[in-house]
Amino acid sequence: MKPLQRKLWRELLHLKGQMLAVAAVVACGISVFVSMSSVKYSLEASRQRYYSRFRFADLFVEVKRAPEFYREMVSRIPGVASVSTRIIADVTLDVPGLDEPATARLVSIPEYRTPVLNDIFLKKGRYIEPGKPEEVIVSKPFLEANHLAPGDHISAVINGRKKELLIVGMGLSPEYIYEVQPGSFFPDRRRFGVFWMSRRALESAMNMSGAFNNMSLTLAHGASEKDVIMQLDNLFRRYGSLGAYGRSEQLSDRFIVDEIKQVGIQITFLPVVFLAVAVFLLNVVLRRLVATQRDQIAVLKAMGYSNEDVGLHYLGFALIPTAVGAVAGTLLGAWLGRGLMNIYGDFYNFAELVYSFRFEDVALSVLLSFGAAVFGALGAVRKAVQLPPAEAMRPESPAIYKPGFFDRESLRSKIPVSLRIIVRNLERRRWKAALSVLMISLAVAILVAGRFTYDSTERMVQVEFNGKHREDVTVLFNTPMPPSVAYAIASLDGVLEHEYYREEAVKMGFGHRVRRQSIRGLQSSEGLQRLVDKNNRRLTLPPDGIVLTKTLADIMGIRVGDRMQVDFLQGKQLHREVVVSGTIDEILGLSAYMNLGALNRLAGDGGALNAAYLRIDQAKAAPLYTTFKKMPGVAGIMMLKAMKESFDELIAQSMTTSTLILTTFACVLAFAVVYNGARISLSERARELSSLRVLGMTEAEVSVILLGEQALLTILAIPVGFLIGIGLSWLLAEGLSSELYRLPLVFSTYNFLFAFTVIIVVSALSGLLVRRRLVTLDLVEVLKTRE
Amino acid sequence: MLPSPPTTFDIHQSPLNAATHEPVLNISELSKSYVMGEVQVDALKSVSVKFYAGELVVLLGASGSGKSTLINIIGGLDIPSSGKLFFHGREITAATEAELTAYRRRSIGFVFQFYNLISSLTALENVQLVTEIAENPMSAKEALLLVGLGHRLNHFPAQLSGGEQQRVAIARAIAKRPELLLCDEPTGALDFQTGKLVLDVLEKVNRELGTTTLVITHNASIADMADRVVRLRSGEIVEDRKNLERLSPSELVW
Repeated sequence: MKPLQRKLWRELLHLKGQMLAVAAVVACGISVFVSMSSVKYSLEASRQRYYSRFRFADLFVEVKRAPEFYREMVSRIPGVASVSTRIIADVTLDVPGLDEPATARLVSIPEYRTPVLNDIFLKKGRYIEPGKPEEVIVSKPFLEANHLAPGDHISAVINGRKKELLIVGMGLSPEYIYEVQPGSFFPDRRRFGVFWMSRRALESAMNMSGAFNNMSLTLAHGASEKDVIMQLDNLFRRYGSLGAYGRSEQLSDRFIVDEIKQVGIQITFLPVVFLAVAVFLLNVVLRRLVATQRDQIAVLKAMGYSNEDVGLHYLGFALIPTAVGAVAGTLLGAWLGRGLMNIYGDFYNFAELVYSFRFEDVALSVLLSFGAAVFGALGAVRKAVQLPPAEAMRPESPAIYKPGFFDRESLRSKIPVSLRIIVRNLERRRWKAALSVLMISLAVAILVAGRFTYDSTERMVQVEFNGKHREDVTVLFNTPMPPSVAYAIASLDGVLEHEYYREEAVKMGFGHRVRRQSIRGLQSSEGLQRLVDKNNRRLTLPPDGIVLTKTLADIMGIRVGDRMQVDFLQGKQLHREVVVSGTIDEILGLSAYMNLGALNRLAGDGGALNAAYLRIDQAKAAPLYTTFKKMPGVAGIMMLKAMKESFDELIAQSMTTSTLILTTFACVLAFAVVYNGARISLSERARELSSLRVLGMTEAEVSVILLGEQALLTILAIPVGFLIGIGLSWLLAEGLSSELYRLPLVFSTYNFLFAFTVIIVVSALSGLLVRRRLVTLDLVEVLKTRE
Repeated sequence: MLPSPPTTFDIHQSPLNAATHEPVLNISELSKSYVMGEVQVDALKSVSVKFYAGELVVLLGASGSGKSTLINIIGGLDIPSSGKLFFHGREITAATEAELTAYRRRSIGFVFQFYNLISSLTALENVQLVTEIAENPMSAKEALLLVGLGHRLNHFPAQLSGGEQQRVAIARAIAKRPELLLCDEPTGALDFQTGKLVLDVLEKVNRELGTTTLVITHNASIADMADRVVRLRSGEIVEDRKNLERLSPSELVW
């Protein structure tokens, strides 16, 4: 090894604290980038592979009942590549160990196994056998949540008749990667599952022989989805189709696509923050290094080392810690990515979730960090190169201090000397001080933004499960019921409060914009379901007109007071107009609300009900549930509490993990900035501080001068960090918002308190570490050495 | 411009003693002023002087007399405000940065008052720093043996006494077999006994290798070991005399 290289390595080792801090910041940035980009890539690749391997359809049509020969007709539509028809029915289940009824979505599969669209991935057990109508394959999350396995029995009420089903297999399907009950946003694995059953068995049970109620299609390459949808809608309107739709409206796919998009957003902002801090740290560390090694630079030049030699030597001080950070960050990123993929694997039901990362992503992140390192080192290296050797030989001329703001006569006497030293130092190098504040505040901001998603989710839970809904259960009917069903429900023992809603599928139109949407007719907005916006404010449903989710109104380009076209897709299929009487900024989904009476009038019929909200006497819950299990008109029930629990459980892990990661990274950031700041300040002022010690100042007094500067910077950084954090959260909320949900911008006091505490603790710790060096300072040695 | 062939500066092709009257260094009307903080300093005022091959010259002067500035300009570390400096007839003051680097690399050896060793490198490695980039150097070990430090090769500067550190610095300066050895207060930070030991080494190098040696000092007693004494005051040469007899450092008293 050449002597200059040896000098580099030994001095890097000597500066290991500071260099490790730089490496850690680089590692954080790279690990976020590598983990997030690999997760994004893995999710995309897994989704793609899953879809193509199990032939996930491009288009879906739901009808009431259509003759089977339409399959042939549809396959002749130009652009259609393949067609499958199915029978799908939601039925209630009697799950062992569960009082309330669960819901099964029965999906027909061919009796003899043949490749179909939306095929099953058989995870365990076997395919159904022909001639055995009781055999079913059941979705994995449902089986696992209920501790069931192939070989177990389960009873279902299919079309009013109780049937004993035999579970023969455990399966997954690309159609239900995100498995939720229709009408719900959150999975409740114990109470909802997909059951695949022989087509013939379902035909006979549902009186559907020679007919289907669900069609899926794939499109030929280059075919227009829009054209095919138009033809399908013309064909199936009379069979009660609510309109064909593509993957973009398929709930499961939408969740995954949204998730991938969100991961993409996180890739962009976090690594940028970390690289910016790395640039800053390298800049200050190297500038100080060059300043302390002025004489060495002079000697090297005097000996005949060229500017390039000297420049490269000092660049090495930036490149090596960056390389260490890059390697550690890549490894950490791969580890984190794998962990995150496991969490996604719990949330989403992929046939196989393969974790892999692309070489390009790693290369890009490493390249970016080296770019940042060079950029950060540039100033200092240039200074080393440009330093004329003779000047380098002379000690640096003393820093120029001028009287500052705090040196006014009126203030001077009130400020102690130590504070004056601190303030003058900061005043002299305002830019450096401002940048230090900015860097520490970035750590605060990451903490705030990290906890923001937590607060936001908390608010979501509060609004959805407490504010909006007061019912205990929602009873879903499998067909629209006449209003008289209310009497039957009210007469059930244990029902304390009951309320109903109607759900009508429509095509909304405004100007050139058309959208499939359902309108929910509510009896009142003051009873069991309320209208609550994302800021937890309540809205009263007007007696007339329609209220739209604000995002929906924005998508439609419609404003309050405008008249909107409404085409009912079922019943009399009337074409009507309705005035938009309000908008509501909701958290979840896109909804349209009307007063039930107004909706009934608009639909032009005597009224219909699709579901009931009930508040029940918990003491009488069990017999009530038994009744529901047997009621033929009940497709299933949803329990608010169970949904909340399941949501909490699922979300908790990923939330805790991401908050933990962000908190750790923010700590690294804060530590690196404060520690380096204090170390540099110690190196710059060692002589000065030693002189003060020699003059009789105590260790504590000298510590105050050294660490006071960092403390002041930290205190200044906290409010700045809060502001940046709020801005960052706003950007995140905007970026992460979709048609599925909008993050409300909420910050709890706890959030700010947490960020404050973490930063103070981390700064104090790094300050103490540096103070230890101050205590061990050899006074005589320090004063003897030439600056 | 400076020629690149190494032969030009190769000591083995230059005469060993002051037999020729062609000066190694020819300095004409050299001035230098610089700004220190908010003060302008005139360090050199139109200095003209010639140095010949193999000479051991002591540059005497109080601090601030301009001797360090002169030696820095001679070594190509600093650029004069005006005036010219010729090394073997080539104008150093007109050289580019790269040419100055080559000049220092091939022809000049520096010894500083504060040794300026790289604290993170051992004695041997500090010398290797030079042998690494020089053409036809002696081995680093050889150089250290020459200054009497054969037993301290692998010690770090912090483990060496001041005199030892200065001898490492001398070894580092002579290892490349420079034509010109420039020593800036080499004994300034040393006590009497140690200082004499260092001067012994310098005298030995001058005698055995024939290296033209300029020693800066404010200590007039050292002047007796020189062939020639040049005295500076306030940036001007006030005296330039030859010693009739060169004393050995051990005979010096101060």
